[in-house]
Amino acid sequence: MYLDGSPITDTSAPDVPLEKRWDERKFRAKLVNPANRRKHRVIVVGTGLAGGSAGATLAEQGYHVVQFCFQDSPRRAHSVAAQGGINAAKNYRNDGDSVYRLFYDTVKGGDFRSRESNVYRLAQISGQIIDQAVAQGVPFAREYGGLLDTRSFGGVQVQRTFYARGQTGQQLLIGAYQALSRQIDAGTVELHARTEMLDLIVVDGRARGIVARDLITGEITTHLADAVVLATGGYGNVFYLSTNAMGSNATAIWRAHKRGAYFANPCFTQIHPTCIPRSGEHQSKLTLMSESLRNDGRIWVPKRQGDTRPPGEIPEHERDYYLERLYPSFGNLVPRDIASRAAKNQCDAGYGVGPGGFGVYLDFADAIKRLGRPAIEARYGNLFDMYQRITAEDPYQVPMRIYPAIHYTMGGLWVDYDLQSTIPGLFVIGEANFSDHGANRLGASALMQGLADGYFVLPPTLNDYLGGTRLEPVDSGNVQVKAVETEVRQRIERLLTIKGKRSVDSFHRELGLLMWDYCGMSRNREGLSKALERVPELRAEFWRDVRIPGGAGELNQELEKANRVADFLELAELMLIDALEREESCGGHFREEHQTPEGEARRDDEHFSYVAVWEYGDQPVLHREELTFEHVHPTQRSYT
Amino acid sequence: MKLTVRIWRQSGPEAEGRLVSYPVEDVSPDMSFLEMLDGLNQELIANGDEPVAFDHDCREGICGSCGVVINGRAHGPERTTSCQLHMRSFADGDVIDVEPWRAKGFPIVKDLVVDRSALDRIVQAGGYITAPTGSAPDAHATPVPKPDADLAFDNATCIGCGACVAACPNGSAMLFTAAKVTHLSLLPQGQPERAQRVLDMVDTMDAEGFGGCTNTGECVASCPKGIPFASIATLNREFLKASRSGR
Repeated sequence: MYLDGSPITDTSAPDVPLEKRWDERKFRAKLVNPANRRKHRVIVVGTGLAGGSAGATLAEQGYHVVQFCFQDSPRRAHSVAAQGGINAAKNYRNDGDSVYRLFYDTVKGGDFRSRESNVYRLAQISGQIIDQAVAQGVPFAREYGGLLDTRSFGGVQVQRTFYARGQTGQQLLIGAYQALSRQIDAGTVELHARTEMLDLIVVDGRARGIVARDLITGEITTHLADAVVLATGGYGNVFYLSTNAMGSNATAIWRAHKRGAYFANPCFTQIHPTCIPRSGEHQSKLTLMSESLRNDGRIWVPKRQGDTRPPGEIPEHERDYYLERLYPSFGNLVPRDIASRAAKNQCDAGYGVGPGGFGVYLDFADAIKRLGRPAIEARYGNLFDMYQRITAEDPYQVPMRIYPAIHYTMGGLWVDYDLQSTIPGLFVIGEANFSDHGANRLGASALMQGLADGYFVLPPTLNDYLGGTRLEPVDSGNVQVKAVETEVRQRIERLLTIKGKRSVDSFHRELGLLMWDYCGMSRNREGLSKALERVPELRAEFWRDVRIPGGAGELNQELEKANRVADFLELAELMLIDALEREESCGGHFREEHQTPEGEARRDDEHFSYVAVWEYGDQPVLHREELTFEHVHPTQRSYT
Repeated sequence: MKLTVRIWRQSGPEAEGRLVSYPVEDVSPDMSFLEMLDGLNQELIANGDEPVAFDHDCREGICGSCGVVINGRAHGPERTTSCQLHMRSFADGDVIDVEPWRAKGFPIVKDLVVDRSALDRIVQAGGYITAPTGSAPDAHATPVPKPDADLAFDNATCIGCGACVAACPNGSAMLFTAAKVTHLSLLPQGQPERAQRVLDMVDTMDAEGFGGCTNTGECVASCPKGIPFASIATLNREFLKASRSGR
C-alpha cells in the first residue's frame, strides 16, 4: 500500500531557545535590496486571509505580485465566512494570558501533533495581527470606553478572542482585500480573477510558475515567476458536504504534490460541533454556527431515548446536559473534537433530536433569562437570524439544533519553518499547509494562522529565498513549461470526450458519503479498508462515465467541477491510507481501536509522535518527521 | 412542490438572451433557492442539455457571489441572499421568473452570471486605509467610541453582491459606495485620506457607468445586509465637504 521512506526534518528553524527562534531567523534571513525587488515576480494563488495578506504585503515591499483567485473578486474567498473570532495574546483582560499560555493552549489543543517552533511563533505574532487589522479599519467589537472587547472560546480559560459580531472572518478579509486593492491600483499587484490554477511548473527542481485556466474564456495560460505561493485553503470538500464554500478545492495543492511537494497528515480533519443539521437529500452544503455560541448556550438531549416531545415540553429533570455532566470544569466550552464526538455518541445511542435523530439542542433559554434578549441579540444576533432563515425555527423561542460537520483540514502540503515546501521556491501558507494545528485546532486559531503567515511570516522568508538563490531566466518556450501546459490541455480534452452518463455531482456525492462514513469522525480498520477498495473503482468509473456538457472555450461550470472532483478522487485515497497507517486516536481523528475505557481518544506518543509526510509515487512513500516537545510535555488531554 | 421556473438563458455576452421555461418537481420547502437550481441542472445534464450557469460559492449568505432577480426583485421576495432564500417562500404551482442582475455597470457573462468587477475598481480607487504591514501602533492606542464603531460595523457588513445596483431604476452604485465611505470615515484611522477617498470613489463610480442616485430607496429595500439609507446622505455630505475644501 505504501513504502517506507527516509525521515524528514525541518532544518530552517534556528537551533536557539524557543522564544528567540523567530527573531534569530529574521535576523539571519537574507535581504533583497528594495530597488531589486520590483525585478522579481511572485505568484500568489488564492486571496483569502493568507493569500490576500501575503499579496498586499509583498507588493508593499516592492515585489511584482501576480495574484489569482477563481472567484469573481478577491473579496469572496472563503475566509469571509469565518464567524467567531481571532485569538491574540494581548492580555487586555489581565486574566493571566501571555504568549507562552497561547502557545501552550494551542499545542495542547492540537493534541501534540504540531510543531512547537511554529506554534510559538504564531503566538508571538498574534498581538501584531490585531494591531494591523485595527490600523486598517477592521471594526472589531468595542467596549463603551472605546477599547476592544474580547470573549472566550472553546478549549480555553482566558478571554483572548477578538471579534466583530459573528462576522470576524468577513471583516478581517475585507481588511486584507482593501490592502490588496490599494496595491492593485498602484500597479504592483496584477490580479487575475476568475482564473484557476490547474498545475505547477517546476523547472530544474524549482517552482517557477503555474498553468491556469481563464474560467470565462477557457483560455489556458502560463504564468512564470521567481517563486510561487499557494494560499488555496483546505480540502474539506472531499467530503462533499462540509462547511466549505462550494468552490473550495484541493487542485492546486494536489497538483503541486504530484510535482514533488510532500503532503502531510492528510487524514487530519477537523469536525466542528455546531453546524445546522442537514434537512434532506438535496443538501448542497452545511452551515456552521459559530462556536462562540457555546459561551452562552447549553447543550442537552432528552434523558429518554427517542423522546419526540417538543423541547419546551421536556422538563428540566428530564434533560441531560451531557457536556456539563461529563466535563465539569470546561462544560459546554470543551474543545471541538470532544464536543463533536460527544454529540455523535449521544445521537448514535438514540438520544438525538430532530429529523433522523441527527441533532442535539443548543439552548439559550437560561442566557436570555440571565442577560436579557437584547444582550444575546448584540452578541449573536446575526447567527440567530441565519439559523432562523435556514430552519424556519426561532432560536430565541426554541433551542437550536446542532450536529457535527467537516470544517477545517489540518493536513496539507508539508512546509518547513520558512513555510517552504519540499519544492524549492514553492511556499504554502494558511490552511493549505499542515504546520500549526496538529491533529485538532482550537477555535479562533485559523484566522490567526492565515494572517500570521501572510502578513508576517512569509515576507521575510521569501526575501531569504529570493536573496539567496540564483535564478536562471525561464521563458514560455522552455521544454518543461510546455510539457505542463500540454498535460493540462490534454486532461481537459480527455474529460470532455468521455461523454458518459453520470453527472460530476453524483460522483462527488458518492465519494463524500464514503469518506464521511469511513474516514470521518471515527474510523476503524475495516471501514477504511472497505473505502480503499471502493475509491479506486469510483475513480475508474469517473474517467469512464462522467458527463460534462459544453466545451472548453467558454464558461463551463461542470468542467470546473470535474477538474476538482478528479483530484478529490485521488486525494481521498491518500487520506484513507494515512488514516489506516495512524494506529492511534488524537484530536479530531478517532480510531475506534484506540480508546480509553471511558471512550476518550487514546494517543500513542511512543509510536506516533510524528508528522506523516507523503511523497507521491505509484505507491506513496511515507517519510516521518519526529516531533519533539521540549516545553509542553505531552499528557493525556483532560477537560474534566 | 411542483413549480415552473422561467430562466434567462444567454450563451455569451454578445448572444441574444431569452426566458426559457422549465418544470421542476420534487421541490422541498427546506431547499434553498440555489439547491432548487442545482436539482434542475442535474436534470438538464441527464437530458443532454446545458445546465444553467449561475454564480454562487459560500451558500451561507456572506461571500456575496450569488444574486439573481427573482420575480422582478433582487434576491427574491425575502430580504436575504439568493442562497439563503428557501423554497418555503413559494407555493406549489408557482411560476418563478429568474433573471440576472441588470445594470449598465454589470455586463452579462452567461445565463445568470454577470461581471461585477466594477465594484472592485471603486474600492481600488480609495476604499481602504493606508496601513503598511508591521508598523501599526498597539490596537488600544486609539480608542473608538462604541456608537461610531457599531455604525462603522453596520456599514462594513456590505457583501458587495450588487443587489442595490440591480434594484435601482438608475443602476446606481450609491449604496455600495456609501457603505464603504461611511465605514472608513467614521474611524479615526480613516481621517487623513477622508476627502480624497470620497472624491476618487465617486469619480470611479461614475466612470464605470453606474447611474445617479435619485433617492428611490429600492437599494435599501433589497439589501440583504440592511445597509442604512442614511449612509447615502453621509456619502453626499462627505462628497460636498470634500469638493468644497478643494481637494
